[in-house]
Amino acid sequence: MYIASLAAAGETTGFPSGFPLLPHPAEMVIGLIAFGILYWLYKTKVVPRLEELYEERAAAIEGGMQQAEQAQAEAREALEKYTAQLAEARAESNELRESAREQGAQIVAEMRAQAQAEAARITESAKRQVEAERQQAVVQLRQEVGALSTALASKIVGESLEDEVRQKGIVDRFLSELEAGDITPEKVTPAGQDV
Amino acid sequence: MSPSVVSASWLPATVATAAGGEEGFVTPGVSSFWWPIIPLDGEGPWTITRPAIVLLISVALLAWFYVGATRKLTVVPSKNQFLVEGSYNFVRNTIGRDIIGSKDFLQFVPLLLTLFTLILVNNLFGIVPFIQFPTMSRVGIPIVLTLIVYITYHTVAIRRKHGVLPYFKSLIPPGLPGWLKPILFVLEFLTYFIIRPLTLALRLFGNMLAGHLMLLVFILGGEYLLLHGGNIFLQFSGVLAFAFSIAMTFFELLIEFLQAFIFTLLAALYISDAVSEHH
Repeated sequence: MYIASLAAAGETTGFPSGFPLLPHPAEMVIGLIAFGILYWLYKTKVVPRLEELYEERAAAIEGGMQQAEQAQAEAREALEKYTAQLAEARAESNELRESAREQGAQIVAEMRAQAQAEAARITESAKRQVEAERQQAVVQLRQEVGALSTALASKIVGESLEDEVRQKGIVDRFLSELEAGDITPEKVTPAGQDV
Repeated sequence: MSPSVVSASWLPATVATAAGGEEGFVTPGVSSFWWPIIPLDGEGPWTITRPAIVLLISVALLAWFYVGATRKLTVVPSKNQFLVEGSYNFVRNTIGRDIIGSKDFLQFVPLLLTLFTLILVNNLFGIVPFIQFPTMSRVGIPIVLTLIVYITYHTVAIRRKHGVLPYFKSLIPPGLPGWLKPILFVLEFLTYFIIRPLTLALRLFGNMLAGHLMLLVFILGGEYLLLHGGNIFLQFSGVLAFAFSIAMTFFELLIEFLQAFIFTLLAALYISDAVSEHH
């Protein structure tokens, strides 16, 4: 409708043709009103609300940081406590182990001593028994050798030396002389040859 | 309301008017941005135009979104709140705090947030289907926003420097030889009072106008070539123009964000100049 009128009356002095670039008053007034409304809304509602939110958020973050710091401190404290406890426990266990080792060594030493004593005792008694047996054997041997030599001598001499006292005295004397080394073996020559 | 609708209503009209002549296609120009919706006084100064309506729609959308999303804020953000906080953080920290300084920036955050969101949404409306009108391509609206920034930074500066004369004196950097002072004063005065507002408004306006005009040229021209092109080659050129307009649309998206960012950034920069003790 308007375009048609514009086209029909090409030389109108209206805004489009007369002053195409001039600011249009109605537009300026409405622009001012528009700006005013928006500015008022922003100033009284939007910006204060957002600023309040920012403060709230900053406070929340600050509070959170404080809380985190506190938690960190608590954690550090707990860690220290645990470390101390751990060190204590370790020391204690070391001590226990040490004492157990000592005890074990002591027990072993004791056992060893006991065993040695026992062994010594057994050896001693065995030795003693052997000695006793030897003594007995010596006595017996001596008697037997005496008897044999007597028998032998009586056979040689042809004379029975049955007299026990004499016999015993001679043999014993002979044997003790033998032991003392007074008699050395000598060559026995047949009686007939030398005379 | 999209450009295709524009052309649909536009082309036959122009074709009809130019029925006698040979020329059928009227290139889109500045007059393409004149779009009365409620013609209170025809083509006069008080007609309610399409950009004005779009601007009001954007305000309603932004108000609904920001006020609604900040009604129930939680320390751990939801999806909507994340978007709100993201944009707010960007304006508050990246633009406000980093440029104005952490001492004074908070009182200017509503201003910067209004500028950024309003410009961004209105710029994006340039490529949003069915709206497709960048409000800032009408020079009056960037002028209004610039005026607000202009008044703000001068007021802040006069208040900070305790008066108008000290403010003027502070424009001259200290430690200059006497004969250089007047020259520099003129230069600085021009910068602060004329060049800065002029460039601030015109940069936004020009970028949005040119970008949208380019899209119009490619889309309308492409359509004209496609529908009225005499041969297959011209019709193919029309298709090509359409394809290019799609690429340009993505490019526009970047420009739209960038312009909103630059406008807000410069506003913050001018304010930071004003709040600093010596500039």
